[in-house]
Amino acid sequence: MPHAIPDAAAQNPASLSLVANVSLNINGAVHRLALDPRTTLLDTLREHLHLTGSKKGCDHGQCGACTVIVEGRRINSCLTLAVMHEGDRVTTIEGLGTPDNLHPMQAAFVKHDGYQCGYCTPGQICSAVAVLDEIKAGIPSHATADLTTAPAATTDEIRERMSGNICRCGAYSNIREAITEVAGGKV
Amino acid sequence: MKPFTYERARSPADAAAAGRMPNAKFIAGGTNLLDLMKLQIETPSHLIDVNGLGFDKIEPASDGGLRVGSLVRNTDLAADERVRRDYGVLSRALLAGASGQLRNMATTAGNLLQRTRCPYFYDTNMPCNKRRPGSGCAAIGGVSRQLAVIGASDACIATHPSDMAVAMRALDATVETVRSDGSQRSIAIADFHRLPGDAPHVDTTLEAGELITAVNLPKPLGGKHIYRKVRDRASYAFALVSVAAIVQPDGTGRVAVGGVAHKPWRVEPAEAELPRGPRAVTARLLEGARPTADNAFKIPLVERTIAAVLAEARA
Ligand SMILES: Cc1cc2nc3c(=O)[nH]c(=O)nc-3n(C[C@H](O)[C@H](O)[C@H](O)COP(=O)(O)OP(=O)(O)OC[C@H]3O[C@@H](n4cnc5c(N)ncnc54)[C@H](O)[C@@H]3O)c2cc1C
Ligand code: SF4
Ligand code: FES
Ligand code: FES
Repeated sequence: MPHAIPDAAAQNPASLSLVANVSLNINGAVHRLALDPRTTLLDTLREHLHLTGSKKGCDHGQCGACTVIVEGRRINSCLTLAVMHEGDRVTTIEGLGTPDNLHPMQAAFVKHDGYQCGYCTPGQICSAVAVLDEIKAGIPSHATADLTTAPAATTDEIRERMSGNICRCGAYSNIREAITEVAGGKV
Repeated sequence: MKPFTYERARSPADAAAAGRMPNAKFIAGGTNLLDLMKLQIETPSHLIDVNGLGFDKIEPASDGGLRVGSLVRNTDLAADERVRRDYGVLSRALLAGASGQLRNMATTAGNLLQRTRCPYFYDTNMPCNKRRPGSGCAAIGGVSRQLAVIGASDACIATHPSDMAVAMRALDATVETVRSDGSQRSIAIADFHRLPGDAPHVDTTLEAGELITAVNLPKPLGGKHIYRKVRDRASYAFALVSVAAIVQPDGTGRVAVGGVAHKPWRVEPAEAELPRGPRAVTARLLEGARPTADNAFKIPLVERTIAAVLAEARA
């Protein structure tokens, strides 16, 4: 992720301030923000842009409820600062689909009952979409038996790759079925 | 989080020089530093974002090895075709750590420098010599199931939590740095992490403001590469014990162990015992171990994990 150094503060350490400017492309719209540098990407989305789909479960990288896709890769938005993402493209659950035009992964979660309370669901869905891209890109996982062959969207692979998304309601098996269906596999 | 100022570093020399500012910290993936800043265990007043420095490449080195940029993400290092083919133990160790989301952010340097997961280090109400030098160690006599069985001191019994570092110790990687005066050096991984001694607040031999630029892997060693991690859950948990091994067809090899000490634990003379089997290797490797009642199970667990790894290597 290469970064430009746009602000005066970075040019001249003497003018370092407690406000930092950052421009983010969120779900296709560019937002220019002046933020306290402490603001995480998650708080920026929820508190500043009112995109409350991304959830705060733990705020410490342990639950995955805050998962969003940045420059095509899923990350925990609670453990990254917004100012570290100058110019980056961020996709949240709001950018994947709409109630009238669901993303296939959203539709599959509905069909397979991949949730109960729904709190973990936006993170699960963002993660699941990225998981299938990772498998397509040939990125191995702990469940990949042979590192020299391309991984496939097997049950073991999906379970391992989704282990960073915790569901207190225990909807795991339905979540796995939804992902398997989108991957084109037999549920 | 305590307030801090933020800058994006423009060059390695700039970053290293800025690192000399009192109470400044580099930030890479942020997955450990921000976690600790939220708990006010780390309280830097200035953050230097090193993500724009271009250290995100994996390149062939002149000695036949690989030069891994310090900003290469854990996902990308694990997925690199050359690493998967020639340094399988490293791919496996990385993939056994954290979650997909975290590995997408976590960097090579940040992973090496992640801090202990000792529960008392995280609990700011408790004494901890690593967090607050001189305050005491709540883990000694406390809950120490996860903690060290060897190389510890009366001041600290923490373990280093990284999986990646254990594989790098088995490979004998070297860490390349630039110091705040601009000079460069290279540190053998064996000398990079410290034992706690009477200064457990110092995790590594890096100087203040010293910036990691790359980690060098030696030329491929051949053999079978295995990383076996034993943990409380099948995924997304830190190791109780882990074993990184490179075993040659003639039965010789290298073994490094995680989850037992303040640094990845490797004792080269123990490797000479490989032909005599896991019991002999473990006896030498953990000679002088001083486990607590809570974590004495780690000693037989290391032996059994080494046994499993050697059986896999023969299969
Ligand atoms: C829920 C959870 C589970 C985890 N599970 C595991 C696990 O099972 N196994 C495992 O190994 N790890 C695990 N981790 C830890 C994870 O691997 C680390 O957080 C990560 O590797 C840190 O890398 P980073 O780039 O995000 O570091 P940062 O947080 O950015 O930095 C960490 C430290 O390194 C310093 N630093 C960063 N870059 C440089 C540089 N170039 N030069 C000098 N100093 C630098 C920073 O100043 C800071 O002190 C887990 C983390 C979480 C949150
Ligand atoms: S073992 Fe080390 S990190 Fe844990 S409480 Fe004691 S001094 Fe702190
Ligand atoms: S809120 Fe980010 S991982 Fe839990
Ligand atoms: S649906 Fe309730 S936490 Fe997952």
